[in-house]
Amino acid sequence: MTPSDSRKSSTGTSADNAKAGVFSSDEDLKSIAKRLRRDIVTMIGKAGSGHPGGSLSAVEITTALYWKILRHKPADPQWKDRDRFVLSKGHAAPVLYAVLAECGYFPKAELATLRRLDSHLQGHADRTSTPGVEMSSGSLGQGLSFAVGAALAGRLNGQSYRVYALLSDGECDEGQTWEAAMAAAHYKVDNLTAIVDNNSIQLSGFNKDIMNIEPLNKKWDAFSWHVIEVDGHDFPQVLDALEKARKVKNQPTVIIAHTIKGKGVSFMENNVDFHGKAPDAEQLEKALKELE
Amino acid sequence: MAEEIAPREVYGKTLVELGRENRDIVVLDADLPPSTMTKYFGQEFPERFFNVGIAEQNMIGIASGLAASGKIPFASTFAVFAPGRCFDQIRVSIAQARLNVKIVVTHAGVTVGEDGASHQALEDLSLICSLPGFTVIVPADAIETARVIRTVAAHQGPCYVRLCRPKLPLVYDDTYRFQLGKAVEMRPGKDVTVIAIGVMVAQALEAAEALAKEGIDCRVLNMPTLKPIDKYAIVKAARETGAIVTAEEHQEHGGLGSIVARIVGKTHPVPMAFVAVKDVFGMSGKPAELLERYGLMAKDIAGAVREAIKRKC
Repeated sequence: MTPSDSRKSSTGTSADNAKAGVFSSDEDLKSIAKRLRRDIVTMIGKAGSGHPGGSLSAVEITTALYWKILRHKPADPQWKDRDRFVLSKGHAAPVLYAVLAECGYFPKAELATLRRLDSHLQGHADRTSTPGVEMSSGSLGQGLSFAVGAALAGRLNGQSYRVYALLSDGECDEGQTWEAAMAAAHYKVDNLTAIVDNNSIQLSGFNKDIMNIEPLNKKWDAFSWHVIEVDGHDFPQVLDALEKARKVKNQPTVIIAHTIKGKGVSFMENNVDFHGKAPDAEQLEKALKELE
Repeated sequence: MAEEIAPREVYGKTLVELGRENRDIVVLDADLPPSTMTKYFGQEFPERFFNVGIAEQNMIGIASGLAASGKIPFASTFAVFAPGRCFDQIRVSIAQARLNVKIVVTHAGVTVGEDGASHQALEDLSLICSLPGFTVIVPADAIETARVIRTVAAHQGPCYVRLCRPKLPLVYDDTYRFQLGKAVEMRPGKDVTVIAIGVMVAQALEAAEALAKEGIDCRVLNMPTLKPIDKYAIVKAARETGAIVTAEEHQEHGGLGSIVARIVGKTHPVPMAFVAVKDVFGMSGKPAELLERYGLMAKDIAGAVREAIKRKC
């Protein structure tokens, strides 16, 4: 069974998947997502700072990728033929850390060290600190350029890996995002998929009030990308879009994932205050109760 | 008079040689291949050449992505645009990420000439030397440039190489071997040491020649590697000659002079003088006129030497 066969097949066994480098679990994706959300709010609560809103909005996207789409080997993070996941929205590091720990890149106990002195889990994603983190980010707008370079390297090397870049919608304010978008289409890097976590809120308010990025789909379309829009919390839609993106040739694909900032915790949902604020002890308790 | 060759011309030709030897060498440019001379590589290896258009920030990001998957990217533009236009991209996507990208810039300093202040990088070394882990090199002529480009291609880690626009007189012959992190004694001397980089090395040698006629025995060091700098050669010069003059086509702030002064101050304080641009922007003019206007001529170095020697105990 080839890697691509195993990824397409919903009946592929764990052994097949492991051979192909696909991390596999028979567990329902929804229950994994719920556990990741608990990890996210817990680690940020414990750290006393961090970005829950944009981490919670990206849970289904990252779960779908790491459990069903990416070829990766947690025991061998530098595996040459791995699919690359680039977290361009580096402040959402907690969702990536929760995913990586759950996959076994490092012990789950390390999540409690988030943002502490000498921790492997820095406040923003750092490739030199954390196994499985492809790129250092946190200064917005740089990830898509890196992803284009990684995709070009794969093409030059004759490797079949794919590159996935997760962008924030606020990041679409940055000029560099569009420089990279132009280049990706120019070089026809069809081994690249961008996903925009379109949760409609940036640090200081709703996008529409701070800097309107709409019509976002038309912008990407005008930059010659294949555009797919989905509900970013609906697993079948997200998985279907990721599968379709793999089949698009001669142009990169962007998945605009409509999400809810703070998804899963009632008082964080659509609340700009929880872009970059940790829950206090009482709020953490309430959040965990909601995520039981 | 020594033969004159443009270092950037040699850079372009050396890239082609490297490209033939190693398939992992890739080259990026931001719409300046005819000026940076990456055009030669693009002609021979179009599939490994990425002219990304006028988008320096994106060029740096793509280079970092290529490096992270095992390529050895050379990214070129003018010195005003890297690090100036894309400092944060160099900081996060290359330096903090510790990726093996080679940034080779051309058209540094006032010798750009008629294009004027916007195109005359005089602060690039200050910016790039502030980033942890970067190797920073300023070759003094075309021969040294060829050696430096080969060295950085083989070196693991981020590198910045600064080249100028005009032809420069050769200060080396074909037997020259470049050593990363080592100063080169161009001329022995015991009364004072002139430490120079790039365009200013030939000027320093000319100054030493003139000073010899006045009975001043001037040591001349070429300091091609600004980072990591050759501390040993600097301390030795301070101890043995008792005065140091630095010469660079760069702002006085944050360049060669600042770096040398920091080391001299911490180890063996001696009188120093600085031949550099004094906190002003450049302007249009002929390269020679501009070197004269900003006090970057052999006679300015000689004047700084006389002044520093006066302050010796």
